[in-house]
Amino acid sequence: MDALLALWDGAFGSAYAIWSATLVRATPLLLVGLAVAIAFRAGVLNIGAEGQLLLGAIAATAVAQACASWPHPLVVLAMIVAGAAAGAAWAGIAAWLRRRFDVLEVISTIMLNFVALAFVSWMVRGPLQEPTGIYPQSSTIAASARWPFLIDGQRLHLGFALGVIIALVAWFTLAHTAAGFRVRVVGAGPQAAANAGGVDVRRTLFGVFLLSGACAGLAGASEVGGVTWALYEGISPGYGYTAIAVALLARLDPRWVIVSAVFFGALEAGAAAMQRDAGVPSVVVQVVVAVVVLSVLAAGSARDRASARRANVHAEGL
Amino acid sequence: MTAGAALVLRGVRRTFGTTVALDDAHCTVRAGTVHALLGENGAGKTTLMRIVFGLLAADSGELLVNGHPVRFRSSAEAIVQGIGMVHQHFMLVPSMTATENVALGGKGRLDQRAIAVRIRAISASSGLVVDPDSRVSDLPVGAQQRLEIVKALAHDARILILDEPTAVLTPNESEELAQWLRRYASDGGTVVLITHKLREALELADDVTVLRRGRTVLTAARAEVSEAEIVRALTGKAAAERSSRPHRHVQGTVAPVLALDGVSYEDSRGVARLRDVSLAVRGGEVLGVLGVEGSGQRELLRILAGRLQPTRGRVQRPERVGFIPEDRLHDALIPALTLVENVALADAKHLRGMIDWATTRQRTNTLIEEFEIRTAGPLALASSLSGGNQQKFVAGRERTIASQAMVAENPTRGLDIRAAARVLDEIGALAGDPPPAVVFHSTDLEEVLAIATRVVVCYEGRVTEVTPGSDSNDRTPYTRAMTGAI
Repeated sequence: MDALLALWDGAFGSAYAIWSATLVRATPLLLVGLAVAIAFRAGVLNIGAEGQLLLGAIAATAVAQACASWPHPLVVLAMIVAGAAAGAAWAGIAAWLRRRFDVLEVISTIMLNFVALAFVSWMVRGPLQEPTGIYPQSSTIAASARWPFLIDGQRLHLGFALGVIIALVAWFTLAHTAAGFRVRVVGAGPQAAANAGGVDVRRTLFGVFLLSGACAGLAGASEVGGVTWALYEGISPGYGYTAIAVALLARLDPRWVIVSAVFFGALEAGAAAMQRDAGVPSVVVQVVVAVVVLSVLAAGSARDRASARRANVHAEGL
Repeated sequence: MTAGAALVLRGVRRTFGTTVALDDAHCTVRAGTVHALLGENGAGKTTLMRIVFGLLAADSGELLVNGHPVRFRSSAEAIVQGIGMVHQHFMLVPSMTATENVALGGKGRLDQRAIAVRIRAISASSGLVVDPDSRVSDLPVGAQQRLEIVKALAHDARILILDEPTAVLTPNESEELAQWLRRYASDGGTVVLITHKLREALELADDVTVLRRGRTVLTAARAEVSEAEIVRALTGKAAAERSSRPHRHVQGTVAPVLALDGVSYEDSRGVARLRDVSLAVRGGEVLGVLGVEGSGQRELLRILAGRLQPTRGRVQRPERVGFIPEDRLHDALIPALTLVENVALADAKHLRGMIDWATTRQRTNTLIEEFEIRTAGPLALASSLSGGNQQKFVAGRERTIASQAMVAENPTRGLDIRAAARVLDEIGALAGDPPPAVVFHSTDLEEVLAIATRVVVCYEGRVTEVTPGSDSNDRTPYTRAMTGAI
């Protein structure tokens, strides 16, 4: 009971818990969750958001160092663009392999995650290492490159606002625009999309893949600019993988990704508090998370099966 | 030949939710006979046979196999009792060999060589030739079906259930299958043939059972009933004569709507599928296309419909051509999306900016009314439509988007007599000003002759026009051309 209270307090118990713990932890999950949700909607199994995030973090750090003398808004903008571009470029490798050689993206993206990790390791020991050359991390970025906070005295930063805006835009695009509709039909029935709709499936997949990578790259930039202010090896504790659960829990609906990212953010924030205040290992929370995700997925697929059964009765004509 | 009953069904009832699929279905299948199970789409034929094969449980009713009452909990139990079923959609693993597919479901040690020997033995004694080492995905449809039968025979099936076996076969293959089934029956085997091809049932069956809306409405020896009686039982009313108008003279528009000039097509493996094809279709014409599987008609239709780019040659066609593909569930519809979204699907390439869902929904409603599509509403999933309604939906949608030209590939596949006749009538009588050019392919020769104004035959990638001989009922010019016997 104490543990649950501590969990709740850590996540929502105070203004600090909400604005500086829960939502800050939710931010990368939101951006990467969107990356995964958008990709999955089109049938692109982008498991490589982790790597795309890391590349975004590298690019944002590099830009922050190089452009530190620029005016504050311009540096931040440059970091956003660089992060997104780097994420998209990293995803572009897998996207190109898929388009040109039909290499399954599940395999290529997961492999590229390891390459990205190694790339970060090299960066923080080489080109981007702090000047003393002792620690494997970059020097702290200049004040001009730090992302603005949304609320005075709290750590919630621009990245969360970007995430919410992107979520709403993505939802609207998928539901109401021609381009979004093409993405959905390619995901739901690629053969029919090509034959009945004349949609260029390969091109659509390629485009969505890049957008997904851009979103994940943006998450990397947002972590560097809003939270860590530096690049180091452990910058992402597996956000790219947790994000898959975030997206699935939201049933790939961008609007629900906001909710599900906040839920996961709260669990992480609460878990830290629980470990500190009640002495319960935070691993317990991970177990809870796993149970929740599995339950939601099982309930979802049970519902799908039930409706498929009903549909089948008609489709087979009995 | 024994007169004993291989299979007796009494008072079989089965519901799915609130839908009653079977209600008092009964029939007696005599051993050593071919028994045709007829009925329209949704009449319950397949459901009934799935119960016999242990795939579904009946809510109530009796099932006797060789005189013994049984109640199967799985198809494995049915197989032990000597029942085999060849499904309409084959239950084969494409990436496995014939041997491996036959071995599926076996227990204990897998002895590939013994199974291969068994397949060869069955091939030799039955005449159903199957190469044990070939991969299923490399086999043509006819061979896959032979493999399905061999699979059942390898499990010592004495009662063979075939669900729409000729739906995917060419006339020659169907004929071979029919002969084989007769032989199997005269050797004491029992065949239940699910079909909605009346002609086929009449030629082949000893006994006939007709289901309508889940009830047995007629069950009799073939010799004791007339064709008209069966049709009446099937549809619930007297047979309507389908208008037949072979080789009408059609004025058509002056300029062709669809035209090919020296078109060739090579597939991704470099195999020539079409060789130097030139043809023209004018508005108001219905060009019938004949050809056995793999003769190039598939590519021809897709090039005319603008779904495939030729390797060489010129194509003239309107910007948009309506296309009813054979595999409507994969190529024309997205089952997981709503009807409204499936209407928008046809425009997916051309849509820009925002989608006006309200208007699309209205268009869907109009389509549902105009083509009498039975559905819960425009927001129902495409997967919830029956096969016939899916086909009507696709045909209606394609007509509304393309007024100048329409290409239809086996549009009556899987439809019952009434739905098929309707689709054919609509295709044959597509109206408009100027009237559209229509290209129509069917594996059923009679269907093509019934509505086409001109007929071309594909053979090994070449396309030749065939004109009827002096006797317009003579089919030999067509069958000769299709088999390359000219």
